Amino acid sequence: MKVRVNVMLKEGVLDPQGKAIGHALDVLGFHGLGEVRMGKVIEIEVPAQKSQDEAASLGEAMARELLANLVIEDFTVEVLS
Amino acid sequence: MKAGIVLFPGTNRERDMAQALRLVSGREPVMLWHRDTALPSLDLVVLPGGFSFGDYLRSGAMGAHSPIMREVRAFAEAGGHVLGVCNGFQILTEAQLLPGALLRNASMRFLSQDCHLKVENNISPYTRGWSKGDVFRAPMAHGDGNYNAAPDVLDRLEGEGRVAFRYAEANGAVDAVDPALNPNGSMQAIAGILSENGRICGLMPHPENLVDPDLGATDGVPLFKGLVESLVA
Repeated sequence: MKVRVNVMLKEGVLDPQGKAIGHALDVLGFHGLGEVRMGKVIEIEVPAQKSQDEAASLGEAMARELLANLVIEDFTVEVLS
Repeated sequence: MKAGIVLFPGTNRERDMAQALRLVSGREPVMLWHRDTALPSLDLVVLPGGFSFGDYLRSGAMGAHSPIMREVRAFAEAGGHVLGVCNGFQILTEAQLLPGALLRNASMRFLSQDCHLKVENNISPYTRGWSKGDVFRAPMAHGDGNYNAAPDVLDRLEGEGRVAFRYAEANGAVDAVDPALNPNGSMQAIAGILSENGRICGLMPHPENLVDPDLGATDGVPLFKGLVESLVA
């Protein structure tokens, strides 16, 4: 079983990487795009005997402790079976 | 002044820091390994610059969870003095020993250049060697130095006089929106901050790299002199 933690910069926090990507896309001809934001995806194998809920709360605990910096980032957790 | 310098895998400025401490305090600092689980008796712990754990995940995120950080936290909570420079500042924010976070430079560029810092507080052990408003030169070399914090945190830092250093022009002018004066885009041009008790200090530039007259300038000496005066008295 896997949990996937998606980490994104909070809204309002400047994302220069997203900006640079948006600029590059525009140069490539993808015009008319709005804001581009970049985040991180972390997939973690968790013990198979965990229930969905247990896996989700494990993912949340790991995100809070290490994977996301809550000063600047938000996260979501998905459980993949 | 007994100082200890913490080494993480990827730390690379420990020798510069050791040289500065040696030169100004006359004592040899001890080197500590990030996996140590006890600190010797110390007056000051320094987290030096570098790229601990290759900056994986976020700069300083891994280092903040190294075993020695439990000891550093206990040392700080007992009133100990902790200085974090560059990656050390990033580690201190990740460990929540200092508020805020250091994001990618607004320009997206790694900046290796000199900058000028304006002293905003001259009552902490780290800043008492200067007068308020003094400007000094310091080298900087970082990719993630863009200081960010929530508005209420910034208000508190400003209101409590905990902004230690701000990026400035040589004449002391500060302009947070001018990339020439605020090279990494930090909020309110903040380059260094202090903890509530004034005993933890983090800053991105490297005062330890300008302490030896043989290298052309001694702009960084007041930081170390102030520490020695505070901690030896």
